[in-house]
Amino acid sequence: MMIDNESAPVRVVLYEGDGADPLDATDRAGVLRSLLDRGYMVSDARGGTGGALAASAGERCFIVIGQFGGGVAPRLEDGAGGAQIATCDISGLSPDAVLSAVENARDGQPMNQPGAWKPWFPVIDYDRCTNCMQCLSFCLFDVYGVDGDNQIQVQNNDNCKTNCPACSRVCPEVAIMFPKYAAGPINGEPVSDEDLSREKMKVDISSLLGGDIYSRLRDRSEAAKSRFSKERDSDKALGERKRCLTKLAAQGEIPEEVLASLPSPEEIARKAEEAKEKANAALAANRSSD
Amino acid sequence: MSERPPILYCRCAYAQVVPDAVKDGVLDGLCASGGGFDSVADLCEMSARKDPRLAAVAEGGPVRIAACHPRAVRWLFHAAGTPLGEDAEIVNMREGDADDALGELLGGEAKC
Ligand code: SF4
Ligand code: SF4
Repeated sequence: MMIDNESAPVRVVLYEGDGADPLDATDRAGVLRSLLDRGYMVSDARGGTGGALAASAGERCFIVIGQFGGGVAPRLEDGAGGAQIATCDISGLSPDAVLSAVENARDGQPMNQPGAWKPWFPVIDYDRCTNCMQCLSFCLFDVYGVDGDNQIQVQNNDNCKTNCPACSRVCPEVAIMFPKYAAGPINGEPVSDEDLSREKMKVDISSLLGGDIYSRLRDRSEAAKSRFSKERDSDKALGERKRCLTKLAAQGEIPEEVLASLPSPEEIARKAEEAKEKANAALAANRSSD
Repeated sequence: MSERPPILYCRCAYAQVVPDAVKDGVLDGLCASGGGFDSVADLCEMSARKDPRLAAVAEGGPVRIAACHPRAVRWLFHAAGTPLGEDAEIVNMREGDADDALGELLGGEAKC
């Protein structure tokens, strides 16, 4: 589940200063690992340094954990009155038990859910981007738009189809990254000359595929689906469909969910036209301001 | 404790693209070092959500960030509307091993 942009989820502070016994390095690492893997942000406050993350205006909820001893945690209050601070004694607790204690202390405050959502969205390298609008014309899911200066922008992260890096393949400048992608340069590795020439060849992806990429993919997906429906109860049909889609996905790097959720041909035509108009309008505005 | 910029460690918890051995080794090394540090579950997730705390990192002066490919990390901050300063150093845990990354994080010089 996503939480909204304004609220900053709980931050855990591991306190080992005056009044608390220090943890040994292995225990410290165990506690951090279990909290981070659950999605918490954790500040290890040793040395009293603020670290890289000074408390920011949006932060309202802190949980201070430490080996305070005797099972009693001190009561803390924000002098300015804005933040809620809970404390937790973790003396003798295993990392899992620390996590449970923190979950209890969180008391329903907003929290993210690692695993429930994969942060998959295009990230533009503006050092490379030439504002050509190919990505805007290509994407059917309104992920891209332009800002007030007609500069390309990722506007609707949430619309992006998980694991689909297709738009990065359309970009002639290799400017679109998906940091969670497995391979370079899409994952953010430096772009080589070889990458660049390979991507330049793919500039007109629709002509490369011999027509409208979306119609073709959709036709093939429909064919796979109808074969499946005729042999509904057969494991063989299931296997066949899976093989067919896997092959398609492997060829075009388009995930099955995207193929399955492609809109109707009419809708595709309408959306493609809309995206093209938006791109053309932005390009024209950029030309006239040059 | 040596004078070094504050450290931010990214756990890449939402879709683990950083090898476990490297990210665990780096976390162990930071926990065994003499100073504190901040750590986040997943910088990609924070960028997608435009988490206001990214601004605290970007505007807080020199910082060393242990995450993945520097090009990706820089533009993730930019995408959140909080571009990193030139003095931010990014240590890539997707390449090399934990010792390399720790050397860059805790040593005098980090490359980005
Ligand atoms: S296709 Fe690439 S170069 Fe063209 S506007 Fe999109 S990101 Fe920029
Ligand atoms: S910034 Fe890199 S290391 Fe951090 S969550 Fe994103 S992909 Fe993973």
